[in-house]
Amino acid sequence: MKRNLLQTIQSGRILVSDGAWGTLLHLSGLEAGECPEMWNLTHRDDVYAIAKGYIDAGSDIILTNSFGANPTKLSHFGLEDKTVELNEAAASISRQAAGNDRFVLGSMGPTGVMLMMGTASEEDLFEGFKQQAMALAKGGADGLCIETMSALDEAVIAIQAAKAACNLPIACTFTFEKTAGGAFRTMMGVSPGEMLEAVKSAGASIIGSNCGNGFEQMIEIVRELRTMDRTTPILIHANAGKPVFRDGETVFPETPDDMAGRVTELVNSGANIVGGCCGTTPSHIQAMVRKIRG
Amino acid sequence: MNSIIDHISLCIERGKVDIRSPYPPDLKGQPGADEWAKDALTQGLAPEDILAACNTGMERVGAKFGRNEVFVPELLMAAKAMNAVMAHLKPHFQAGTVKEKGTFVLGTVSGDLHDIGKNLVSMVVAGNGWKVVDLGVDVKPAKFLDAIRQNPGCIVGLSALLTTTMANMAKTVKEIKSQLPDVKVLVGGAPLNQKHADDMGADGYAPDPQGAVAFLNKAA
Repeated sequence: MKRNLLQTIQSGRILVSDGAWGTLLHLSGLEAGECPEMWNLTHRDDVYAIAKGYIDAGSDIILTNSFGANPTKLSHFGLEDKTVELNEAAASISRQAAGNDRFVLGSMGPTGVMLMMGTASEEDLFEGFKQQAMALAKGGADGLCIETMSALDEAVIAIQAAKAACNLPIACTFTFEKTAGGAFRTMMGVSPGEMLEAVKSAGASIIGSNCGNGFEQMIEIVRELRTMDRTTPILIHANAGKPVFRDGETVFPETPDDMAGRVTELVNSGANIVGGCCGTTPSHIQAMVRKIRG
Repeated sequence: MNSIIDHISLCIERGKVDIRSPYPPDLKGQPGADEWAKDALTQGLAPEDILAACNTGMERVGAKFGRNEVFVPELLMAAKAMNAVMAHLKPHFQAGTVKEKGTFVLGTVSGDLHDIGKNLVSMVVAGNGWKVVDLGVDVKPAKFLDAIRQNPGCIVGLSALLTTTMANMAKTVKEIKSQLPDVKVLVGGAPLNQKHADDMGADGYAPDPQGAVAFLNKAA
């Protein structure tokens, strides 16, 4: 059976993606300040277990432990020379867990650099994202997920670099916050409409939002996007609600049932792929799968 | 809007760095903070008044940022405009004719590499007339303590973005308070709130750069 992500979406099937990886990595022993992507080499079995956990929960799509594996971010740990190795390993671990019939999306997060500050050039970012995308493709990804973006310039560069690196379909999701006036904006002031236009022009086939919000706000974001575009597939990775302070720590409060309770409305609003970000677990994904598949 | 002082404030508020800068589009071709500051000094205006003009501009843009009317890029451009003015004021600070309000030692706590919030606070606080000692990211408690000892009388700011590094923030506050109990500590960052700050034993919590300025001016 040949996997084709875009065809599967176009056939009308709603796909369930995965949930958070960071929390699970920390539970497995990742220390604060440690490079998570290095675990693809040093703790491959632990990373595989997380990937498999989401496959077993019913995810149609899993991502890869490569969110911070661009050369810029890796340079904080002195690991920029391992960019190719870490991304290939990330994709191959997820590929192994996903088998032949589930999809793997290579995760590509921001560099942490703001181009307007002039500390890094567009060329630097392009080359870094290109290296990352090539390695993820080589490792076995079916597509790429450029996520947690806030700035149009960086997102567009990442998409262009991914297109230069491979032929895989590209998803691009931004992180929005509801402003005092009620409108959604990224921290750089980008609106969903501005994102839509720029990201599609650059060549992404799937658009959407991740992090920053629970399903409740994501439903609003999806509705806003759908007023402007009725056809482009939308991917949502939502947090388990807004974080609250409880018993001396910050937690994401929504339970699997809380999230499953909103997933139908999210899909009806126009989302094609649904999954979780911060605070979500395989149990959350399992609940979503049960709700969607009936 | 006649005076040079008003022009400086506006250029800071709007992020108009110099005459060459194409930003913001509606002020293209006009003199920026750089030229107005140079002008001001040539005409014999007091450096303190120029600094005060920067404060006014930064306060206005900081307030807009707090109301989500402008975003990170606008704040960064304002800070850039301010840096242009500060370059002209530097000799006056060095000569002692302009004094800073105090020293603010700032850093992102150990295990955390995020710096956007910290950098914004650093710029806005400096714009309010404080000396800022920025220790960078992934700063261990010992490094904070060294910097505090090197800057007696300073106020300390701790930043964190990850929920997983908040424990390190709490530990850092504890160490500072146990060794140097009189030092005031301000905390901030996306996962934080007032309750976190209180539970950690911090003296204050700032949700945005203007909040940091308010705390510093009150604490001084």
